[in-house]
Amino acid sequence: MINTLLEENHMQENSILRAKYAAKNLDVYYADKQALFGINLDIMENQVTSLIGPSGCGKSTLLRCLNRMNDVIDICSVKGSIRLDGQDIYDDGIDVVELRARVGMVFQKPNPFPKSIYDNVAYGPKIHGMIDQKSDADEIVETSLKKAGLWQEVKDRLAAPGTGLSGGQQQRLCIARAIAVNPEVILMDEPCSALDPIATAIIEQLIDELKQKFTIVIVTHSMQQAARVSQKTAFFHLGSLVEFGDTDQIFTNPQNQQTQDYITGRYG
Amino acid sequence: MPYTTTISIFVSLCLLVTAYFWGVKRAIATKRSQTALSTQVKFHSLPGFHGAYVAIWCAIPSLVLFVAWQTLRPNFLPQWLAQDMAGLVLLISAGILGLFFAQKRIASRFKARHKVETAFSLVMLLSSLVAVFTTFGVVVSLVFETMRFFSKVSVSEFLFGLHWSPQIALRADQVASSGSFGAVSIFAGTLLITAIAMLIAVPIGLFSAIYMSEYATPKFRTWAKPLLEILAGIPTVVYGFFAALTIAPFMRNWGFELGLEISSESAMAAGLVMGVMIIPFVSSLSDDVINAVPQTLRDGSAALGATKSETIRLVLLPAALPGIVSSVLLATSRAIGETMIVVMAAGLAANLTANPFQAVTTVTVQILTLLVGDQEFDSPKTLAAFALGFVLFLLTLGLNILALKIVNKYREKYD
Repeated sequence: MINTLLEENHMQENSILRAKYAAKNLDVYYADKQALFGINLDIMENQVTSLIGPSGCGKSTLLRCLNRMNDVIDICSVKGSIRLDGQDIYDDGIDVVELRARVGMVFQKPNPFPKSIYDNVAYGPKIHGMIDQKSDADEIVETSLKKAGLWQEVKDRLAAPGTGLSGGQQQRLCIARAIAVNPEVILMDEPCSALDPIATAIIEQLIDELKQKFTIVIVTHSMQQAARVSQKTAFFHLGSLVEFGDTDQIFTNPQNQQTQDYITGRYG
Repeated sequence: MPYTTTISIFVSLCLLVTAYFWGVKRAIATKRSQTALSTQVKFHSLPGFHGAYVAIWCAIPSLVLFVAWQTLRPNFLPQWLAQDMAGLVLLISAGILGLFFAQKRIASRFKARHKVETAFSLVMLLSSLVAVFTTFGVVVSLVFETMRFFSKVSVSEFLFGLHWSPQIALRADQVASSGSFGAVSIFAGTLLITAIAMLIAVPIGLFSAIYMSEYATPKFRTWAKPLLEILAGIPTVVYGFFAALTIAPFMRNWGFELGLEISSESAMAAGLVMGVMIIPFVSSLSDDVINAVPQTLRDGSAALGATKSETIRLVLLPAALPGIVSSVLLATSRAIGETMIVVMAAGLAANLTANPFQAVTTVTVQILTLLVGDQEFDSPKTLAAFALGFVLFLLTLGLNILALKIVNKYREKYD
């Protein structure tokens, strides 16, 4: 206990950056099949960390462990620890609902609720009791949509259904929806894979702005995207963390041959 | 000759089978002889299609001729042609002519496959038209009989009259010789029982649908869902005597203990049992629409920190609402049209009451009692059944159309 505190103090003193998440010896199984092998990974606060690797390498599994979305899968079991601000999120005392309010998530395919744009954004704050009167909701909706860069486009039609927006707008609406709960971390699971290049560029710029306030973890298949938006990159292969480091270093001077092969496109 | 119809059906069937195999044989023979001459020749259709083609050509002319002969026979045909034997001969000769015509066309390039395709699409079109025309015929006959009824009893008396006693005296000096046809009490009874049934069926059906689709383990679901659907397969007669012999006496005794006056035939007993019967209609359809809501919405809601019940209440149910509403409406029209349960458990007396513990009667029960037994079909008594039936038809038709409209208008387009 004292050790952890000392360690944290130590880290805060030594650098402005602090580890938000710390995964230690993380093993994940789907029934008998092991999906992740002994992952050790620190995710720094107010940085963008990208998880890359070929399909089936376990990067999405790791992402879904970070807010315990894997809980809904009955056959999934987790060993080892993931600490969020020093507290193990797989502890018995942890309230998953509270955890997910602190850790927002944006999915591969935009999934706005079949409600109005306004209600989509107000949904999270409402269920977490952040709204006492109508003006609170109005304010949260406006600031969230502004942060997600969608306000100018939708401010005159907040009552229109969220499903009527274009794909890129829908994805930004989903980001606004996640921001509205005021999370500390935002997890993104290939957020641009269903979008065209222009919408992708807008989202990438948005991610860059969002890291001022949030810690961001992004799974992506696009190496260019990882290079553009992230400060740290983790390369996974067959359920193992092969290499983890500064994005610049990973893309210019990878230490591992597998990483080198993958980022230069020589892989698979 | 009394057996002519049977004989002609038998002969036509034999002819059809013969035609098919003849066609197949001819096609194979043609194919052999032509491919023997040159390898360039490609036979377009499989022998089976040629066989079917010949059989169709055998069936259609004889069928058309037979129908024409049957319709013309009573009035337009001369004596010698109107006889049964003449019909049989016509039938067979038309079939044989068609057969010979068709088998002549069998050749390597002949596209029997496409012709058979067309023929079958026509058969399917005719089949669907049968259903459409039946509905149309039922409506027309209902409308005409209803008009006859309203020429004897005024529309306003039927729709707004409070007194129902559809007895027509045989002699003018009998008691109640005029009969009275005020149907309000009957409609009220139908509404009362339907309302009770829906009060039972909607909450239980909906909750079971939600449990089945969101909470139940796959294992529980695989045996519980078919079991629930068996409820819909129990004959309504069985529900009827369950209501009349088990529920109604139980309720009467129970009411007696509490000091309530519950008659042994009551709207409550009928409504309760009908509600149970309708549960699977609500739950099965609602289950389907809740299941159709994409998983990504559940994930999205869970990732925002919503609990399961919040997700269901705030995301799934609103998304599935149109489907749920239409399932309720369909169940309602089913309840309105239900007969056996109410005949046995609700009673025959046309009481105008809102008390669910008294005997009431419904539209369906009255139609039944008006038409059971030997009746003459020109008295207002029997014609009243058609008027009631017409109202019932309009009511359920309206509900079904409303249900379809709601589904189409608010259907969520998930991609």
